[in-house]
Amino acid sequence: MLRPSPPLPARSVTMPTRASLIVLLVGVVGATALLVGARYGALLLVGLGLGLTLEGLRFGFAGPWRAFILRREPAGIAAQLLAIAGVALVAFPLLAMRPDELVGAHAPVGIAMVGGAFVFGVSMQLVLGCGSGTLVNAGSGNAIALVALPFFAIGSFAGAYHLDWWIDLGTAPMVTLQSIFGPLGGLGATLLGLAGVTAILFLMAAPQNRRIPRRLWIAAAVVAGLAVLNLVISGQPWGVVYGLGLWAAKGAQFFGADLAGSVFWSTPGNVERLQQTILTDVTSLTNIGIILGAFVVASWRGGLGGDRARLPMNGWVVAALAGLLMGYSSRLAFGCNVGAFFSGISTGSLHGWAWFAFAFAGSALGVRLRARLSLEPT
Amino acid sequence: MLRTRRAIAVAALAFLAAVVAVDFSVSATPNPFVQPPLIALGSGQAASGALCTTAPPR
Repeated sequence: MLRPSPPLPARSVTMPTRASLIVLLVGVVGATALLVGARYGALLLVGLGLGLTLEGLRFGFAGPWRAFILRREPAGIAAQLLAIAGVALVAFPLLAMRPDELVGAHAPVGIAMVGGAFVFGVSMQLVLGCGSGTLVNAGSGNAIALVALPFFAIGSFAGAYHLDWWIDLGTAPMVTLQSIFGPLGGLGATLLGLAGVTAILFLMAAPQNRRIPRRLWIAAAVVAGLAVLNLVISGQPWGVVYGLGLWAAKGAQFFGADLAGSVFWSTPGNVERLQQTILTDVTSLTNIGIILGAFVVASWRGGLGGDRARLPMNGWVVAALAGLLMGYSSRLAFGCNVGAFFSGISTGSLHGWAWFAFAFAGSALGVRLRARLSLEPT
Repeated sequence: MLRTRRAIAVAALAFLAAVVAVDFSVSATPNPFVQPPLIALGSGQAASGALCTTAPPR
């Protein structure tokens, strides 16, 4: 009688897969650098680093906000604020010394801006993934994120298309902390604000939750370092939403749409983006890198073996609608958790703080809506 | 179809590939001989990329 052959040792099974993952990454980065330039290859590497870190060290935005709202666990948000502080320490002096080469994520506060941040906060809790989280989750095999992602892109494109109208509802002049306190004072005010919020979070937390795990300290430091690299290499802070809207705009062009009727998409800078490949667009490159990086970590760990989440049909419809809303609202809010919250605050924009407050309020509502909308997996 | 996390992750990569393919079909052919400096900081050139805070001119 034939006996079944013993299973191969795990190492011999996984190593070829891991080798092929490395070949995939080297090939994609190398081809990008050769085709469009070394800077763009470097930015793809930064995106890959972000994807590897966000997935590998489980550093996110929507999840920690939910953990604080539901269980008063402050560690995840505190790690986000630590990373923002780390970027601010480098970005404020660089922006002051090299204003002709580097730009901050600066935008005005307005009615549509704060409304957009609130809606984004609600929506990101519905799909349990923010701007960066949706990319990470899609790359690591999350079906809800994969459904939300294309709708996020379409929403971002549409929000940008209508942005002019929304801004006219009422928008204050742009204010940065540098413009109020000067570069050094602005940095001090930012660090003070971040420390103050962290202190409040820890005061509200249960005593046993008042600590940040080592994993999150490391993740915060790596994410901050990569965000600084993004600024130094590209001249602009880390962002997500613009790239997704650009992908949908390219799709619209593919199907023959004329974007000349949009004030936003017909401005010279955006016309150039529409004419050039997305492989020369900063946010597109880091977005691609994040998805690839998350895929590599999930594959490397053998974490793609399970079944996907099960939801009733209305749950999938809500996921698509939430994706659409996230994209649309984040354009009105001048960014998502990355472009507005992370990069806005770390480069001194007052709109980053307003985004934080209104998106957090929206998240508190979104957390409560999740169960009612059948979005808890069965 | 698309019942496992692996299938979902591969579909995400296929989505990326489709985006790049559509992009190449509607964009100008890249010229590898015209490239910006590797690092913006110290290049003497103004940042020209689009970002999430980009707004239409008022």
